[in-house]
Amino acid sequence: MTTTEAPDLLHRILDYSSRSDPYPLYAELRETPVALQEDGSYVISTYREIAGILHNPHLSSDVRNLSRPMPGAEERATPSFINLDPPEHDRLRRLAMRHFGPPHTPGLVSGMAPDLTNIVSSLIDDFAGKEQIDIVDDFAYPFPVTVICHLLGVPREDEPRFRVWVNAIIDSINYDPKTDPKEKLDNGVQATKDLRQYLGGLLEQRHGHPGDDLLTRFANDDGPDGRMTDEEIISTANLLLIAGHETTVNLITNGMLTLLRHPQVLQRLRDEPDLVVPLVEELLRYEPPVHIIPWRAAYSDITVADTVIPKGSQIMLMLASGSRDPDRFGDPDRFDPDRQDNQHLGFGSGIHLCFGGPMARLETQIALTELVRRLEGPRLVADPPPYRPSPVLRGPIHLPIEQS
Amino acid sequence: MSSADTLEAFKRDGRIVIVGASLAGLRTAEALRDKGFTGSLTMIGDELGEPYDRPPLSKQVLTGWVPADGTVLPRRRDIDAEWLLGVPADGLDLATNHVHLADGREVPFDRMLISTGVRARPWFVEAEAALDGVFVVRTREDAEGLQQAMAAGPSRVLIIGAGFTGSEIASICRERDIAVTVAELAPAPLVGGLGAMIGEVAADIQRAHGVDLRCGVKVTQLEGDAQGHFRRAHFDDGSTVDADVAVVALGGIRNTEWLRDSGLAVGIWGVACDAGCRAFDLNGLVTDDIFVAGDVARCPNPIYEYRFISLEHWANAVEQAEIAAHNMLSAQADRWPHLSIPTFWSIQFGINIKSVGVPTFADEVVVTQGSVPDHRFVAAYGYQGRVTAAVSFNNAKWLDHYRQLIETAAPFPPPCPTPDTPADAKPVPVDFPGPTLLAQGATVVVTGHDPGERRVTAMRQHR
Ligand SMILES: Cc1cc2nc3c(=O)[nH]c(=O)nc-3n(C[C@H](O)[C@H](O)[C@H](O)COP(=O)(O)OP(=O)(O)OC[C@H]3O[C@@H](n4cnc5c(N)ncnc54)[C@H](O)[C@@H]3O)c2cc1C
Ligand code: HEM
Repeated sequence: MTTTEAPDLLHRILDYSSRSDPYPLYAELRETPVALQEDGSYVISTYREIAGILHNPHLSSDVRNLSRPMPGAEERATPSFINLDPPEHDRLRRLAMRHFGPPHTPGLVSGMAPDLTNIVSSLIDDFAGKEQIDIVDDFAYPFPVTVICHLLGVPREDEPRFRVWVNAIIDSINYDPKTDPKEKLDNGVQATKDLRQYLGGLLEQRHGHPGDDLLTRFANDDGPDGRMTDEEIISTANLLLIAGHETTVNLITNGMLTLLRHPQVLQRLRDEPDLVVPLVEELLRYEPPVHIIPWRAAYSDITVADTVIPKGSQIMLMLASGSRDPDRFGDPDRFDPDRQDNQHLGFGSGIHLCFGGPMARLETQIALTELVRRLEGPRLVADPPPYRPSPVLRGPIHLPIEQS
Repeated sequence: MSSADTLEAFKRDGRIVIVGASLAGLRTAEALRDKGFTGSLTMIGDELGEPYDRPPLSKQVLTGWVPADGTVLPRRRDIDAEWLLGVPADGLDLATNHVHLADGREVPFDRMLISTGVRARPWFVEAEAALDGVFVVRTREDAEGLQQAMAAGPSRVLIIGAGFTGSEIASICRERDIAVTVAELAPAPLVGGLGAMIGEVAADIQRAHGVDLRCGVKVTQLEGDAQGHFRRAHFDDGSTVDADVAVVALGGIRNTEWLRDSGLAVGIWGVACDAGCRAFDLNGLVTDDIFVAGDVARCPNPIYEYRFISLEHWANAVEQAEIAAHNMLSAQADRWPHLSIPTFWSIQFGINIKSVGVPTFADEVVVTQGSVPDHRFVAAYGYQGRVTAAVSFNNAKWLDHYRQLIETAAPFPPPCPTPDTPADAKPVPVDFPGPTLLAQGATVVVTGHDPGERRVTAMRQHR
């Protein structure tokens, strides 16, 4: 295996014009599983190599271990656990998981099903009388936002405020100093501060007050690992708020888009509602919401597919490409809800494996089941639909459909 | 079977018999049907009832969380088999391809699978083993009895043997706030499986959870009261422990007695087979129609210098079942070898212990990640300078990486630092009590002189 420089290819992938169909470019990229870029970073695009990196302890998620600091890293406040390494990562993830899943809080996610169904139903009720429905604005965005707000204890009516900050933060994730205006970065940094300040304000009111929402439970927890500091709670809430809806919106939207492009599968889902479980897994492989993990840092020299990546290098993981790797998945470009052995990379893998996976799955399963059940003769208005700018969290910005 | 036609005919209406209707047997049956076998399938098992899962028997069943009859193995598909349950097989005739049952029935086959697993090693004095309150844990009846005895509020439970099962049961006792003494001949718990260094960690954990852990001692006698109920144990150092329940957790005995005269390569380590799960005969020649899977199999692993390895691991039973089923239905050229790296897990004292590879195949061990005092770490095992295994305490997500190191014979100790490098990362001798992996005494003798006459004969073992 050789390491050729394929910088043009990466730029083409990141370029907005590729957003609606980056997959042929990923196939090209996979010809060089470990591709050194002009700026010294490495892009990894094959399944085996990505999975290897995600399980490799000689990698760091902490940008402070990059030899060339990320632009803006300094100004960004206390990292949340997605950007930390063990043992800090493990401690904070444990502290958060105590209130979210097994073994301490089993049944939280499955217990949400009735509420989720109600939210979904009332959103669909509101479609009545509309000529065109935007699956994003009318459904796939408001649904997970409502859910995560409720879970965290963030007032739903504040959404217009934090939406602006979240958009600016997402925009700045893949800031490229060469091509992007500095403003894009500054906006992201400022938005991070604003969002933290906002969450801090909410947190202040939760100390010493009983309640079921996560902010309150974090604030008043006394488990074996002690309690998170306020700074840590804010970082964690920040992470959950953003990760909790900016991804699910894409999965639901991609799901509807994919079903409309595969009418037989849509019909099957109507007839066999249980199909939704493997179908959502296949979506996470075929049209995943997270296409790229923008950085890992080599903590020491590591060898990947015969290439030595020096300590401190930035490594970009092309998850969506790995999930379409023909060396791992038979007929990878086919959407096949019956696929066996579907160990996709949609939620990452290893210690940073998506924290909210069970919830995102349930949300999407319920959303698609109900959409398919209740929409009558849905049709795409535009194919491809317009996409959001981000190549990292990729999905349509609008998905207009019509019913018969 | 020589040609593709006969193989097709066999797949269509051949006869397959599976002896041992538990995890390995059931999974093989399911895989056979998955792969298109439409002939007759007979499941022979000496236990009554649906095949069930054993790992919960020393965990969730003993906490009372899951009822003993609640661990039935999920059926992954219909297997359309004839079930002959409640009667053991007691012989195998390779000349006529018949399995002989204890009630006199003869069951013919074209191909068969041996998956008779392991039974618990009983307490060595029969009368003492028969006392009320003395348990082993292998079957669901065992677990049911022990869970009831625990629920009755015993003054103390004595556990004899601090391997994985004994340690798990000790953990449940503490969880249920029952006083518990653990007696172990080795210097620490888990030493036989994981070596002295990890054993010390396990000892600390047990003591920190209030276990009365006594290592380096041997229980010599179990004493009962007039009603025949266990009351007291005597140790070889002259001390005694009063308890109402004794759990004998001294490992297993492979269920191979029924194969004694079969002419197969059978010994205390199980039935020897090739990497494709085909049984060897006494001479070490591979048979064509007899397959082995699960705890009873003893299989060479190329990664471990082709040594024959017997594993009592859930995942191994599942993987071998898949291989055996495939190979039963395949021509020689299409056979698969069982090459996966062994994995094992255990849960005790709130700690998730997981291993990859064969820790007993090692001379050194080093903590590579995390913190031993915090009981969350990974340790890598090495044999002559290469990585052969790893074990994690509350750190299982990294083990895939170590599996890769094992598969690629990566150098030991693994070199470069990680963000979570432990304070003291020096390899130490692994220190197993006695040779564990290497043969424990001869199992066969070779007779004859001329190459055409030389044969191997089994040695009868005395226990
Ligand atoms: C308490 C306990 C806890 C465990 N925990 C773990 C764990 O945490 N992790 C892990 O990896 N593994 C664990 N294991 C091991 C795991 O359960 C075994 O590896 C697995 O059960 C092996 O399956 P098997 O089908 O090969 O053998 P078995 O499950 O032993 O089945 C063999 C079957 O054959 C029957 N049989 C025997 N002789 C005859 C005969 N002559 N005729 C007919 N039938 C016969 C037996 O009665 C039995 O039903 C545990 C085991 C026990 C007992
Ligand atoms: C379909 C929806 C989702 C997708 C595709 C997704 C995807 C991912 C991926 C790929 C990662 C790994 C990042 C890395 O390794 O650096 C991740 C991590 C994470 N996700 Fe999700 N996610 C989704 C929904 C959610 C939801 C609903 C939540 C919150 C409730 C959530 C919370 C998190 C958190 C906290 C992490 C960090 C985990 C860690 O570092 O240990 N995600 N997610």
